[in-house]
Amino acid sequence: MIAADAPEPGSVLYQIEDARARARRSFQVKFALTWVALVGGLVVALYVTGNIDTEFISTWAPFIVAGAWVTVYISLISIVLATLLALIGAMGRMSRNPYLNGVASLYVSLVRGTPLIVQVFFIYLALPQVGVVLPAIPSGIIALSFNYGAYMTEIFRAGIQAVPRGQREAAQSLGMPERQLMWRIVLPQAFRIVIPAIGNDFVSMLKDSSLVSFLAVEELLYRAQLVGRQNFRSLEALIIAATIYWILTIAFSFAQQNLEQRMARGDR
Amino acid sequence: MTDHIVHPVTGAHLGDNIVRAQQIEKYFGRNHVLRGLDIDVRQGESVMLIGRSGSGKTTFLRCVNFLEEPSAGWVEIDGLRVDADPLHTRSRAHLEQIRQIRIRSGMVFQEFNLFPHMSVLANLIEAPTKVNHVPKAEAIERAEAYLDKVGLTEKRDEYPQRLSGGQKQRVAIARALCMEPKVLLFDEPTSALDSDLIGEVLKVMEDLAHEGTTMIVVTHEMHFAREAADRVIFLEEGLVVEEGPPEVMLSEPTDGRTQQFLRRFLAD
Ligand SMILES: Nc1ncnc2c1ncn2[C@@H]1O[C@H](COP(=O)(O)OP(=O)(O)OP(=O)(O)O)[C@@H](O)[C@H]1O
Ligand SMILES: [Mg+2]
Repeated sequence: MIAADAPEPGSVLYQIEDARARARRSFQVKFALTWVALVGGLVVALYVTGNIDTEFISTWAPFIVAGAWVTVYISLISIVLATLLALIGAMGRMSRNPYLNGVASLYVSLVRGTPLIVQVFFIYLALPQVGVVLPAIPSGIIALSFNYGAYMTEIFRAGIQAVPRGQREAAQSLGMPERQLMWRIVLPQAFRIVIPAIGNDFVSMLKDSSLVSFLAVEELLYRAQLVGRQNFRSLEALIIAATIYWILTIAFSFAQQNLEQRMARGDR
Repeated sequence: MTDHIVHPVTGAHLGDNIVRAQQIEKYFGRNHVLRGLDIDVRQGESVMLIGRSGSGKTTFLRCVNFLEEPSAGWVEIDGLRVDADPLHTRSRAHLEQIRQIRIRSGMVFQEFNLFPHMSVLANLIEAPTKVNHVPKAEAIERAEAYLDKVGLTEKRDEYPQRLSGGQKQRVAIARALCMEPKVLLFDEPTSALDSDLIGEVLKVMEDLAHEGTTMIVVTHEMHFAREAADRVIFLEEGLVVEEGPPEVMLSEPTDGRTQQFLRRFLAD
């Protein structure tokens, strides 16, 4: 790397570096200004045209924002369960046992072949007909876990297969039994490969969890809709909800990037 | 049957056959790669396999510890005989026998195949503690002794990523030694290394050979073979063409094909 040791001031290298840095800064400033102008402009436009009821916002924002906790909580539990399901699913999909493989493949096919909202309703509305009655939050968590578990099954399978063959062979040549080889050698390496994908799925899950509002779970969207309708202020309510979703996804994406960078820097 | 020729001078230090690989055949599809190999190795003997690319050296080595299932024949290590299971019935009993063969043999790969998520020490004690159930303190002691032997005591807590190729391969040798196998199998252990790192690995292997470690080595390092081999075997198209002590095999082989191979090889 040429720029590693700082070039001397006045040298050509220095001038080039300097020009590059200035261009970068200028880009960042213009980029940020664009965002501020667009978002700020929208807010101001809504405000001056009298479409925004600030009193409604100050009264109800805390109530809506409190729903964010439910959103995060449902998503966190669901991503953990989905990860477990995906692990089992991936094992099944790679199994030489036709029954296990059949079950796992059917699961993936069914879930991926139907809309998430249908799965949500199925668990909450259809299962009671055969005697399985679940409260709203568990229903939502189960639906999200099952759905994401199926997609993540394929991610896990790819992750496991991405561990180099030599790793298995080294473990085998040391006499490791299959189970130990999987748990101690292959899976820890596969996990590192799939962590970014799990992070992405978690961010998607934060947004998809809004579907459980159909089950009257008092999460972010449900609360927004509720007070929006009651007060005929859906615009404000939904803007609040959307903003929270946006902030949540940005925050978690940011946290994920940090985590990945730290993992990349640390010892592998 | 070739009753193998033993080095007249060094032959005295050799014990009975500890590895027997008899009538080994291997098909890859219709490709008949090994065509009935009979190779026995005596306790303390170091055997070098040479031959041109595609002659079946790697395949033979991998058949010895069943990383490839032979199509026919049998392997015996330290009294445990396992017959080829060409129909791949892969019964539990057969798999367990293979595992026992692998515990009795250690393999060193061209690509090192260290476990990247474990420190050097963890690489070394993983199999002894988890496969052979050696108490951890004893396994660590053993690991440190072998690390010392390969000259890497100070890398004990390092991660593989931070080692040079030559250091990685020496750790891989130590890892195999930690299982105290009856025979070490080396598949071109230096061919993935920069030329200035080859020497340190060959030095370790030469020491092992002189200390009476039983080993089978696939190599293109003729100088090393001359120094460290008790016996050199020339393979061609899956058959033993000629074998004998290195002075004879590498200087005045009788078979025309061996002569031609060496001529072309030494010309490069
Ligand atoms: N997994 C495999 N599937 C199909 N064919 C294979 C496989 N492994 C090896 N072969 C074939 O078997 C033959 C012998 O290969 P092998 O790797 O044993 O040769 P080698 O003597 O080790 O050669 P090299 O010096 O290049 O390493 C080659 O023709 C190769 O293409
Ligand atoms: Mg080879």
